[in-house]
Amino acid sequence: MSLKIVVLAKQVPDTRNVGKDAMTPEGTVNRAALPAIFNPEDLNALEQALRLKDQHPGSTVTILTMGPPRATDVIREGLYRGADGGVLLTDRAFAGADTLATSYALSQAIKKIGMPDLVIGGRQAIDGDTAQVGPQVAQKLDLNQVTYVTAIEQVKDGKVTALRTIDGGIERVEAPLPLLVTVNGNAAPCRPRNAKLVMKYKRASAPMERPADKPLPYAGEYEKKPYLTVTQWSVADVDGDLAQCGLAGSPTKVKAVQNIVFKAKESKRLTGSDADVEGLVKELLESHTIG
Amino acid sequence: MNNVFVYCEIDKFTVEEVSFELLTKGRKLANELGVQLEAIAAGSGITGKVEKDILSYGVDKLHVFDAPGLYPYTSKPHTSILVNLFKQEQPQICLMGATVIGRDLGPRVSSSLTSGLTADCTALEIGDYDDKKTGKHYEGLLYQIRPAFGGNIVATIVNPDNRPQMATVRSGVMKAEKVAEYYNGEIVYEDVAKFVPETDYVVRVIERHVEKAANNLKGAPIIVAGGYGVGSKEGFDLLRKLADELHGEVGASRAAVDAGFCEHDLQIGQTGVTVRPKVYIACGISGAIQHVAGMKESGIVISINTDPDAPINQLADYVITGSVEEVVPKMIKYYKENSK
Repeated sequence: MSLKIVVLAKQVPDTRNVGKDAMTPEGTVNRAALPAIFNPEDLNALEQALRLKDQHPGSTVTILTMGPPRATDVIREGLYRGADGGVLLTDRAFAGADTLATSYALSQAIKKIGMPDLVIGGRQAIDGDTAQVGPQVAQKLDLNQVTYVTAIEQVKDGKVTALRTIDGGIERVEAPLPLLVTVNGNAAPCRPRNAKLVMKYKRASAPMERPADKPLPYAGEYEKKPYLTVTQWSVADVDGDLAQCGLAGSPTKVKAVQNIVFKAKESKRLTGSDADVEGLVKELLESHTIG
Repeated sequence: MNNVFVYCEIDKFTVEEVSFELLTKGRKLANELGVQLEAIAAGSGITGKVEKDILSYGVDKLHVFDAPGLYPYTSKPHTSILVNLFKQEQPQICLMGATVIGRDLGPRVSSSLTSGLTADCTALEIGDYDDKKTGKHYEGLLYQIRPAFGGNIVATIVNPDNRPQMATVRSGVMKAEKVAEYYNGEIVYEDVAKFVPETDYVVRVIERHVEKAANNLKGAPIIVAGGYGVGSKEGFDLLRKLADELHGEVGASRAAVDAGFCEHDLQIGQTGVTVRPKVYIACGISGAIQHVAGMKESGIVISINTDPDAPINQLADYVITGSVEEVVPKMIKYYKENSK
């Protein structure tokens, strides 16, 4: 059977490589200093979706992302690797959303796409590390969920078999479609870009990315090739209730944010000399700290 | 009504340590708020096996859900238990482990109840909050404190209007302390069928393979941890030798794990294990905040680093400026010579 798959993907600041200029002197995050990347575990999720598409001809993979217009990068990247299309959910009303408001917006968009057989996303995004959006989307769409998945092994007779990584081990589960799956970083890495697809989609863009004042030299292409226009939806397009979106729809509020400052201890400075190391070992033995 | 609830995680018939840690914290929060501590235990065949242990942490009321199909854990039945129980009991706070189970269950419950949930908290406190926009003043809220943005900042989160205020906490972050061996709490054996519709039992666990952790990092009194500065797998063998001598365990920073010097399960830090050993020997670890988040409560910290200005040196009691390959063999040698 062919499958209708939606992949949830997020553009995130690369928090893994935080340089000295990543924090402003006031202690806030300097987002401009951090490159925006495809959330790593969402790439693992995309790979699982593409594998299912390979196994089940006729399947479609749609990337859904919420963010500012430049988040379309994530959709383009997905198209380069084999996704069939993408939806950019963008609206100022979505800004400041916590996980609950985010899951509401995403679930509204999924309803508008049309209920898929599978929703697949990364376990968590590296800018928040919450792992909450997946299960919350599942609840809002009344889907079953399987989280922390290492591999979707097969889809057969309306049932998915998947291998999960659990605390201290692994678990193989069987769950009926439709299903939401979140994929772990220990799953297979995503396949690279396909050169032909890069050629095909390099000018793909969302309408909001295109300059409004003067038309692009290749604007005519968008009329001839509708696949170059990435679907772009606002809160009204997905029939969103403003009270459940963005800051207004977020039950959690940030009370305070602090920069982490080490309290410097008075430390004893030693060299690697025999005398110093022996002295330290003896001191620790005498105080029964070791031994 | 409006009590503090803790969801206890149960592996077959054993309550997980993280749940005891949360019960201990929950007891303190309940005392501060002047309310009761309630706990939830759900599993198959757990009756008579978990109650005493759970109550001993000062639980005033324990709700036991015992039915086939509640073990191994699957999302929907456990979600229904919490959602339906909370609709009835209206808790103000709900705590659960930031484990695979807690992080599967928590968001589903919070979405169902439209309540706020904060993941992976490292501290929980009670305090007041003023909403600057509405000018409203709130008293006795749960401050949910967690590292954010890859561990570079610490954020304090509150849920002013929605209940319960939900938080997950990683194991090892809080300390477990019993209140009394036999604490006089009430036990309620709930009728599971009233909470969980038959249609919830749809996900089937075909196979399950759980091993006792290969290492005992969490409980180790002495940890020899290696970072990128260790340089190689062979370098880690050297740390292993020192750890064996000291009867300790080997840990690692994310950089060392990413470089392939050692196994992923040795990782200490915000994404990894949180440890609080008596002695922490940091070998070639620079001290990224995300690593420090997982070891900052260690007793004595010894840093071995070629860089005298490595950030970790700021929280070290002893700083040895030198290379790992030079210093560690000497430590082994002098330990052997002097310990007998």
